[in-house]
Amino acid sequence: METLMAFTVGGLFAAAIYMMLRRSIVKLVIGLVLLSNAANLLLFTQAGLLRGAPPLVPEGAMQPAGIVADPLAQALILTAIVIGFGVLAFAVVLIHRAYEVVQADDMDQMKDTDT
Amino acid sequence: MLLAVLSGFLLAVAAPWVHRALGRHSGWVLALLPASLFIYFATFLPQISGGGQVVIEYPWIPGLDIQLSFLVDGLSLLFALIVSGIGFFVVSYAGRYLEGERDLGRFYVLILAFMGSMLGLVLSSNLISLFVFWELTSITSYLLIGYHHEEAKSRKAALQGLFVTVAGGLALLTGLIMMAMVGGSYELHELLTSGDIFREHDWYLAILLLVLLGCFTKSAQYPFHFWLPNAMAAPTPVSAYLHSATMVKAGVYLMARLNPSLGGTEAWLLLLGLLGAVTMFVGVFMSVRSTGIKQVLAYSTVMALGTLTMLIGVGTETALMAAMAFLLAHSLYKGALFLVAGILDHEAGCKDFLQTGGLRSALPITAAFASLAALSLAGVIPMFGFVAKELLFEAVLEAPALAGILTFLAVVSAIMVVAVAAIVGIRPWYGPRVDTPKAPHEAPPALLAGPVVLASLSLLFGLGAGLVDQGIIAAAAGAVHGAPVSVYLSLWHGFNLPLLLSVLTLALGLTLYFNWDRFRDSTRFLEVLNRYGPEVAYEKSMAGMVWLSEWQTRVLQNGYLRYYLLTILISTVALVTVTLMTHADILIAPDLSDVMVHEAFIVAVLLLAALVSVTTRSRLGAVASLGVVGFCVALIYVLFSAADVGITQVLVETLTVIMLVLVLFRLPGFLGLTPTVLRVRDAVIALSVGLMMTVLILAASAVQYADSISAYFIQESQPSGYGRNIVNVILVDFRALDTLGEIVVLALAAVGVYAMIKFRAEDNNSSTTLEK
Repeated sequence: METLMAFTVGGLFAAAIYMMLRRSIVKLVIGLVLLSNAANLLLFTQAGLLRGAPPLVPEGAMQPAGIVADPLAQALILTAIVIGFGVLAFAVVLIHRAYEVVQADDMDQMKDTDT
Repeated sequence: MLLAVLSGFLLAVAAPWVHRALGRHSGWVLALLPASLFIYFATFLPQISGGGQVVIEYPWIPGLDIQLSFLVDGLSLLFALIVSGIGFFVVSYAGRYLEGERDLGRFYVLILAFMGSMLGLVLSSNLISLFVFWELTSITSYLLIGYHHEEAKSRKAALQGLFVTVAGGLALLTGLIMMAMVGGSYELHELLTSGDIFREHDWYLAILLLVLLGCFTKSAQYPFHFWLPNAMAAPTPVSAYLHSATMVKAGVYLMARLNPSLGGTEAWLLLLGLLGAVTMFVGVFMSVRSTGIKQVLAYSTVMALGTLTMLIGVGTETALMAAMAFLLAHSLYKGALFLVAGILDHEAGCKDFLQTGGLRSALPITAAFASLAALSLAGVIPMFGFVAKELLFEAVLEAPALAGILTFLAVVSAIMVVAVAAIVGIRPWYGPRVDTPKAPHEAPPALLAGPVVLASLSLLFGLGAGLVDQGIIAAAAGAVHGAPVSVYLSLWHGFNLPLLLSVLTLALGLTLYFNWDRFRDSTRFLEVLNRYGPEVAYEKSMAGMVWLSEWQTRVLQNGYLRYYLLTILISTVALVTVTLMTHADILIAPDLSDVMVHEAFIVAVLLLAALVSVTTRSRLGAVASLGVVGFCVALIYVLFSAADVGITQVLVETLTVIMLVLVLFRLPGFLGLTPTVLRVRDAVIALSVGLMMTVLILAASAVQYADSISAYFIQESQPSGYGRNIVNVILVDFRALDTLGEIVVLALAAVGVYAMIKFRAEDNNSSTTLEK
């Protein structure tokens, strides 16, 4: 399954990079969303994929029974998802504001806004 | 010893308050420090006069083998005495000379800090601390040259001096580190006994060139001499102290210091002897050609530095003795003459010799001692300068190589030196009275003290050469030589060739002086050479550097996000590809056997949705397929035992889609901005990055370098964290600080979003009020 996930992550990265190379600033944002999904999945895959073994301790027990999925990677991804959302919210509002000021969706026209 | 070196810095910190409290007498009070340092250093004289040395060590950065260690021997003590002795006169002089200046407090800070750095430089035994002090003198020199920072000329001269000396300093650092690597120690007193290790090492020439680059730039040797005359933009006490008596001799000091390790080879003799002689000649020639008082003195300092370098290059016992005697003689008479130049400026407003003449009646004491110092400069019997000059002639006549050319240059230079001495010793004082910019009057005692004492010492040491002979000069020459020297200083050497040369140079020099105006006119054609001189090369290289940085900023900082990204991505792909190709031990084993049908279906939908979001021209379509991608990712999380992550992903993805829909529809629709060729190029690059990531994941899956720390969390979640959901326990307990950071980021983002929305509203309000 790791092999399939490797190709999935690669595909997501390719899509994200392609979008980030566009001139339209909206496409840049879409690229960012894809990139953050790709990065999270990369982390998830690298921690090892296990079916049906959530990192939970059964009631009354001190340790989980048997092997469970890596809880640390999950905790990190949780943090990453939430921060990614915060950054995205900020970026979207920033773009919207920039559009109002510059009146352009084209990043080439945002190159020199020092005036 | 540590206190003695650091006291300059300590007092520098307090100097502005001392100045404020004491007003016009602050110069005298602050000068007490150099005076007491002079006495302190003088107490070392008995210990080192027989050729002994004292090593004092304090640990500084023990881990890096850097110690603050001090080495007191003849050479360092001679320099320390000159630095503190002249420092006394300069500080007390400056108090009067710059009286009433707004920045006098700052001046004291700098000059005392400089004195501390210079003492540290000449007394350091550790190469690294020596270098640190070396650079500190460059920095304080920079600040002192730029003392009149409101003048563009000062700022330019200060920068020039800094660039030239610090560029050399960089080479010096490399050279010193290489020396330490070869010699196996950073301690000078250990390195100095192991000369053959250096001379026979493959790195010898590289070390020599790097160290000499540092010394030559610092000591204004040709072709780096141009910064020194420009440095005369500094106030006169600074010129007298830094740019004549002490700092510019740091290079000479280091060459002399390293002579036992690096000296005695053909390369040493050729480089130092020839370049020193050329510097000597160019310096004195430019000196006679100049008319500005400080310019004449500055160029004659270049001459002196060249002479010292040449003598160290020749390296015989006589030459080293001559070098040390000349060093002391020069510090005495040049210190005195610079202070006299300051008096001329301060009391008569003269900055050019052509403005002066017949001032003897107005400034009788200054005139007398200026003439006395000039006699020493000219090398007239019975001054100390004469003793040094005799030895100099003797040394070049006996030089082991190049004797002919060195003697010729030395004699021609000496003739011109006599003319220079006449220009400063006769021209302003005798002959018909010339109207000066200010009504001239005699200088106050604070200004006179320096010239009077220093010029008198020139006479005293000349008459009683034995006073300084074995006491310090021979000890210093012995330290340079690496073994005791058997040459003695004396005023009278008998009738011999050096004496004949002395008389000859005196006669020809005076002739040159009386034809000074004609000499300047007849050599005017040489000014053409200035267009091709080293200073022009400096200006050109500075302009070149500015051009280079503008060019590379234009290329690298082009302002297009996609070009930044392309640069980063292409280099990453290239580097990773090269690494993967060259490492045969990387295992990549694709294995699709364990994929279940529903998983393959989810992945297919995910990739398809990603493709749609990239290719569609409808914004709604793009956002919707982005949502599909997000939910597919959430499904993968849930399928592979990460329920919490999956839930969060669903929530966030929903919010993302709503937010994008809300905001994006206030923006214009997609435009087809890029031609097809570029789209294909970007697609190829994007796909290669994607492929690289895939290969990296496959390669990384096969290796595990360290044990995961997850085992601990799994083990301790219930016993220590009292929670059965291990992921949650990690978030709120084991790694709670991470979570706190996450909350802070979210809060900041929220504040930012709020601010942008709020301020827009206010902008709109204010513009509407304006319209009304």
